[in-house]
Amino acid sequence: MTDRKKDPRDQQPVSRRGFLTTVSTSAAAAAVVGVAAPAAAAPAPRDDTGTVAIVLRVNGRRHRLLVEPRDRLISVLRERLGLTGAKPGCERGECGACTVLLDGVTRYSCMTLAVEAQEREITTIEGLAQGEEVSALQQAFIAEDGYQCGFCTPGQVMAAEGLLRTNTSPTVDAVRAAMSGNLCRCGAYGHIVKSVQQAAAARKTGGAK
Amino acid sequence: MLPRFTHVQPTSISDALRELAAPGARVLAGGTDLLGCLRDRAVTADKLVSLNALAELRGIREQGDGGLRIGALTTLTELATHPVVRARFGALSAAAAAAASPQLRNQGTLGGNLCQRPRCWYFRGDFPCARKGGDTCFAKEGENQLHAVFGGDVCVMVHPSDTAPALQSLDAKVRLISARGSRTIGIDALFVLPAKDHTRETVVEADEIVSDILLPPPPAGAVGAYRKIRARGVWDFAIVGAAVTLGLDKKSVRQARIVLSGVAPVPWRVAEAERLLVGHELSAPRIEQAATQASSGAAPLSANAYKVMLIRGAVAEALSDVMGAR
Repeated sequence: MTDRKKDPRDQQPVSRRGFLTTVSTSAAAAAVVGVAAPAAAAPAPRDDTGTVAIVLRVNGRRHRLLVEPRDRLISVLRERLGLTGAKPGCERGECGACTVLLDGVTRYSCMTLAVEAQEREITTIEGLAQGEEVSALQQAFIAEDGYQCGFCTPGQVMAAEGLLRTNTSPTVDAVRAAMSGNLCRCGAYGHIVKSVQQAAAARKTGGAK
Repeated sequence: MLPRFTHVQPTSISDALRELAAPGARVLAGGTDLLGCLRDRAVTADKLVSLNALAELRGIREQGDGGLRIGALTTLTELATHPVVRARFGALSAAAAAAASPQLRNQGTLGGNLCQRPRCWYFRGDFPCARKGGDTCFAKEGENQLHAVFGGDVCVMVHPSDTAPALQSLDAKVRLISARGSRTIGIDALFVLPAKDHTRETVVEADEIVSDILLPPPPAGAVGAYRKIRARGVWDFAIVGAAVTLGLDKKSVRQARIVLSGVAPVPWRVAEAERLLVGHELSAPRIEQAATQASSGAAPLSANAYKVMLIRGAVAEALSDVMGAR
């Protein structure tokens, strides 16, 4: 059981996100490496257990990992790197809760093998915030109540991020089309559309990311 | 959890073809269909041969004769948004845009869309159905509301591709390569009816890959459309779809191709309906005649007679779209 209260013995205040990240990454032997990665195309070294050494670039950091070829990106992000924002919903590409960006383009991380995500720039919801400070897009979801239970929200936000990177002032129809690969079982769709439009406006006027 | 397999990502086509020649090897392109099949244990694989480092299999190239050469790894998003495809090969861009969801279109490839496995729930589920080597098509006596009304035999699956009927309406050819050589076939020859072999959907051999899709120049005055009828506006496969490509001059239809999705184990061309259009002005009564003809000969199962009316509606709407776009 995790205790979310600050331990008075700690000098540093512990944020929930930071705490969870620390717990998950220390449990897994994930290393951040600063050196250039081998080319993805080169045959990955393989050991007797069937694991392969890969390098994933996630939110601007390089992670050297041993994975099985069958490991999907979502499980590596969540269970090895502690990036639990992307959610496993259907785990078959039919709900969108696991949406991340690969080279700036939206993808379902549940339908992507981790070995296939090498040499791609992976962006997760954790990569949008600056520390604990949320991005203008996330702020817009808060301001417009673009969620109810929140489970699908990281995927919704990443789908919106993918849209706004290519279309800075989308019409309502364009927003609906771009967000159509993300289900919200609470039915917050109207608010989600408003959130994305507000974020588009905020990005233009505020110059915020 | 997916079953165990090994994974290679060759950097040359010859290496990829050599890897594929091994028993138990399977092609991995976008993976949106394959990973689901592996997860459902509908197919097995010892080794996945990823094509994703093969840049020469990507991209849309205009040919000197006005046709297109489309690399098999071109994504559905690229097809749906490419200006030349949209302007001159409208049925294809519309079909690509109607497939799956935005994220899946960003990932799924044209070659994979042609080679995807059936969506039949008995095939995907834990049933030893005829297509998986058993002796029963469970859909015939079971839940068959989404199944075939044409071309069924030992198996009544429907082919799930949206792009295949559009490509057939555009008279596409498909190039297949293997370590043994290459061959180019008409897209109608790519697909296999159950009466011929009910254990495979295409003639693509285990050691072969689809490398390119070749489109001839569209007919003069070409206009195309794809009308897809489905339960939800996203994700769902076609209950019935109609791809049409017409060549029109000022007064009349010079050429017509109408190919249906969601109604047969292969993309289903309705040549008699086409003949009713050629040489005539595209009018509402003429459209109605062709649409009715398109559904004639349908042999519905216990729960899918509604598809007969949907065929008429889909063909009529696709042709009306074309008439409106003139």
